[in-house]
Amino acid sequence: MNIATLVQISIGAILINNFVLTRFLGLCPFFGVSKKLSSALGMGMAVIFVMSVASMFSWIIYNYVLIPYNVTYLYTIIFILVIASLVQLVEMTLQKFSPNLYDALGIYLPLITTNCAILGVAVLNTVTEDYNFLESIVNGISSGIGFTLALVLMAGIRGKLELANIPKTLAGLPIAFIAAGLMAIAFLGFSGLNFFQSIGG
Amino acid sequence: MVLLPVIIVGSVGLFFGIFLGIASKKLHVYVDPRVAQIQELLPGANCSGCAYPGCGAFAKAVVEGKADPTGCIPGGRKIASKIAEIMGVDAAFAEAKMAVVHCKGGTREAKERAVYDGITDCHAAVLTGNASKVCSDGCLGLGSCVRACPFNALRINDNHVAVVDPAKCTGCGNCVSACPRSLIELIPKVHKIFIACNNHERGGKVKKYCSVGCTACTLCVKATPSGAIEMKNNLPVLDYTKAENFISAAYKCPSHCFVDLVKARPKANIDTKCDGCGLCLPVCPVKGAIVGEKGERHSIDKTKCIGCGICLDVCPLHAISLWGGLGYNPSDKSKRQRST
Repeated sequence: MNIATLVQISIGAILINNFVLTRFLGLCPFFGVSKKLSSALGMGMAVIFVMSVASMFSWIIYNYVLIPYNVTYLYTIIFILVIASLVQLVEMTLQKFSPNLYDALGIYLPLITTNCAILGVAVLNTVTEDYNFLESIVNGISSGIGFTLALVLMAGIRGKLELANIPKTLAGLPIAFIAAGLMAIAFLGFSGLNFFQSIGG
Repeated sequence: MVLLPVIIVGSVGLFFGIFLGIASKKLHVYVDPRVAQIQELLPGANCSGCAYPGCGAFAKAVVEGKADPTGCIPGGRKIASKIAEIMGVDAAFAEAKMAVVHCKGGTREAKERAVYDGITDCHAAVLTGNASKVCSDGCLGLGSCVRACPFNALRINDNHVAVVDPAKCTGCGNCVSACPRSLIELIPKVHKIFIACNNHERGGKVKKYCSVGCTACTLCVKATPSGAIEMKNNLPVLDYTKAENFISAAYKCPSHCFVDLVKARPKANIDTKCDGCGLCLPVCPVKGAIVGEKGERHSIDKTKCIGCGICLDVCPLHAISLWGGLGYNPSDKSKRQRST
């Protein structure tokens, strides 16, 4: 394990394999919360936090409970259990210690429980990629950053769309879908980033 | 073999369950149940007419004693009294208000001096060379107020002017700040007449570019003996705090600047007490609405009477009353409120 691998993982998670625009995970909050820039940022921050904590705990449980007892096929149900409990805990903690942030995040916090991107990053860390502990955390944080990036970009675009003269049939969600599709095509360009050889991973 | 996964999932679940159970006890935050109760009563439109960011914030402020229980403007009396009940206080009611647009000069009446082809937003149009109308105070019809209204009470009519639906308007005032030309004002809901012009220029100029613009002729001021209309900066200002229905002023306006939201006004009727003194004749703003010889019982021409009620006050025998108009009686406050 070295720094280069971590940089590689984070660049990969933010740009090349962006959770929303390349893997197409977590599309529900992507369209639901991207109407306003401020709420998009709030949601993004909450997702970064939950993603990093979830990848930490899911890694521990996967490697120290599921693998020793040879029951790795239980990972989906266990991970969902972990994520749901963590979100509950985060919600309670915020309500107690930072009511302002709690109010600002509002409904988005419980929404994260059912966000497939969180489950996606947990599964990716353990089952698919077999990262070690540190790599898992880095992947969790950068996946969250990638999600936030997509959300904030989308919020900016939708802010402009509000003022644009759009045909009635396309106004609202349809034009947002089209914009998201174009963004996904643009992000496809990042797959040409050849970090793997130049940094020496 | 079946037992192992059951035990593992069960124990992980149990661990998190106990963990969360302890955490919820340790991190418990007391929330006043009245906040949720009040929030359930509120309309939930988050219009911020109460000066709080949303219905939730208002409910919290009421419980904390920072906001008045009657603060919810769209909720009106019904909700205010319920909130006051929850809080255990008496509600002092504010007068119900509604928004009116002080312009009716659309594409049919007001001239354009350019073609605006930019963003459909009034603020953008004003920034682009002060919009396309010749009148620098008129409604642009691009709907910034429509988008600001949380209750769908505003629309742009086929004449490209914003109009308020009095039945839907709650008086929250969101549209007032949304209009870049400050054309929208809140007036008491019991009043149904307002002036639909905001032009401050002199009469001769206005006539050239708008057929329904106020020419500052001051006929409405003269037609209002109570003095509730005052000319300010070439525009009449209606004082809604005075006991005045403005019907005669609306009738006298040669440019038809006034808007009367009531379709059928009640008409005056003279009963047998009339001795034909003729005092009502000079005060009547309509020519030929009151007919009769001196010394005989006068009668009202119902097709001409506008129902302003000025003759009621001058009749020494109280022989004149207002009839009809769907039970509308200007002297009866309670009925006026019901019809809103």
